[in-house]
Amino acid sequence: MSTLSYLEAARLALAQEMRRDPLVWALGEDLGRGGIFGQYKGLIEEFGPERILDTPISEAAIMGTAVGAALVGTRPVVEMRFADFALCAVDELVNQAAKARYMFGGQGRVPLVVRQPSGMWRSSAAQHSQSLEAWYAHIPGLVVVAPATPADNFGLLKAAIRCEDPVVYMEHKDLWGLTGEVDERADPLPLGVARRVREGSDVTIVTWSGMLRRVEAAAELLDGGPSAEVIDLRTLYPWDRDLVFASVRRTGRLLVVHEAVQTGGFGAEVAASVAEALFDLLRAPVRRLGAPRIPVPYAPPLEEVCKIGGAEIAEAVRAMVG
Amino acid sequence: MAEAPRANLDAERLLAHYRMMNRIRAFEEAAEAAQKSGEVKGAIHLSIGQEAIASGVCANLRRSDLIASNHRGHGHTLAKGASPAAMMAELFGRATGTCHGKGGSMHIADFDIGMLGANGVVGAGILIAVGAAQGLKLRREDRIVACFFGDGAINRGPFLEGLNWAKIYELPVLFVCEDNGFAAMTRTASLSAGGGPDARAQSLGIPATLVDGNDVAAVDEAARELAQRVRGGGGPQFLLARTYRLRGHTVTDAAGYRSAEEVAAKQRDEPIGRCAETLLVAGRSEAELALIAAEARREMADAVAAAREAPWPSRALAWADVQDVGSPQEARR
Repeated sequence: MSTLSYLEAARLALAQEMRRDPLVWALGEDLGRGGIFGQYKGLIEEFGPERILDTPISEAAIMGTAVGAALVGTRPVVEMRFADFALCAVDELVNQAAKARYMFGGQGRVPLVVRQPSGMWRSSAAQHSQSLEAWYAHIPGLVVVAPATPADNFGLLKAAIRCEDPVVYMEHKDLWGLTGEVDERADPLPLGVARRVREGSDVTIVTWSGMLRRVEAAAELLDGGPSAEVIDLRTLYPWDRDLVFASVRRTGRLLVVHEAVQTGGFGAEVAASVAEALFDLLRAPVRRLGAPRIPVPYAPPLEEVCKIGGAEIAEAVRAMVG
Repeated sequence: MAEAPRANLDAERLLAHYRMMNRIRAFEEAAEAAQKSGEVKGAIHLSIGQEAIASGVCANLRRSDLIASNHRGHGHTLAKGASPAAMMAELFGRATGTCHGKGGSMHIADFDIGMLGANGVVGAGILIAVGAAQGLKLRREDRIVACFFGDGAINRGPFLEGLNWAKIYELPVLFVCEDNGFAAMTRTASLSAGGGPDARAQSLGIPATLVDGNDVAAVDEAARELAQRVRGGGGPQFLLARTYRLRGHTVTDAAGYRSAEEVAAKQRDEPIGRCAETLLVAGRSEAELALIAAEARREMADAVAAAREAPWPSRALAWADVQDVGSPQEARR
């Protein structure tokens, strides 16, 4: 076991996978200088400029060439710098990567990972702060992963790289410095399996990515009050319905918390699925907490409007449990 | 820019082109009829009049080389070696199609012969071709990739991004721009600034060769030279082949935006007739050429007949090959 940051854990996972498989390579802007956040620091020295490829600022080409390279059997790790910039490459991801295998009747696979640093971080404003996981969860063919801890960023990135499907891998920028224990010899984690972070009996709180810390804080705030079970989904498509349903069967209440805009957010999918399947068992209406439907503003007091804090989550739980 | 030298192909090679171009023409005329009769449901984009480019370029590729194509890709696919029966079955949406009926005309692919897919999005194949070349380079393979697209694609971002990318990494790609004069239903020149596709390629340091795309011998010779350069590590090359799209954008486009006189004049310049003239001068008989054309029509009529009789894909196939992780299941919508 080592204490690693969320960022270091991902870098180690990538390095291990590149040592293990010579067909794994990474491409993106500034990777030769370690990438904008340092996630690739030192890798070009070990793996050379062909496998840690410095690219022009050409998001469509970064994504689109990765599709072609994956179709001929390599395993590209695509760096999009910011999830917001991946929108310049939506055709390549949604129309090409996600559909090639299907359209071609099973000929060809697109085993790539597209890393999309997401979420609010240091007053990054409207074009560098978005959480767009729901867009990709909507697209058949894609796997969507959003790790919340260093250990998960290690195990899930390894799994994503070994996955035969295109994986949208959303790392939260505000978590880069988060440290935790990581078993450097651990196997990849299974995709599609959530983690019960905390046991509880009165309400199930489902969350992921940067909101996990806030939800854990809320659960602490509730100490002595309602008992919250906390589930980190980790993978949004496919999401772990079994674990969530089993939990809600016990608690009878569901609160979904995410950083993304609430309207049309992935919380709506979780909420609707639980309501459809477990309506008779519910002891309170399902609730969601997400951002208001406004672009993320710059000034800290305005950015706060988009953020959901522990107190707000705790208050929602108290209102549900009554 | 280099002008392709005047070609002097041997008659056997020219005859092979004549056969291939007739097969492409017959395939597309049969597909056109099948769509008009309602048997082929989805949109199809015909390359009638452009067959020399597919035939001339693919004659210089090995089976193991790769191509990426566009929405007007029947000719490229046939010339690379795909089975017309499987292709026609795909247009009919049948289980025996190249993609088991899941793609249709715009998504025909045949990986066994190195055909990485037609594409429904203009210009999208450029990045796939360039990326495939990068993958091959990473794998230290000596295969090359040819990438077919139209003049309409040069106004999309992936054209700039893909050509720049191929050049900075010196990738083994032969770009083939089929300049048929039209971007869907609009004359490309009316909406394109600057000196055209070749000028744009040259501005990025990619050598461009202009060829008469209706002269199959010229296309063959030019493509041979360029493919050799690409294969020899010379980096990406660009072939601009001027041609004319004798049909509308799709089968249902009557192309009323151009005059009948213009089309009639272009009809006299179409590549199969020009190839036949050369072959007759070289001593081939009218009867031999007629037989080749008749054989092609029979082959494609057989493909249509087989497609008509072929089974539909099973409904279960709708759920197959979406993804491994989180594979959808019918019971759990």
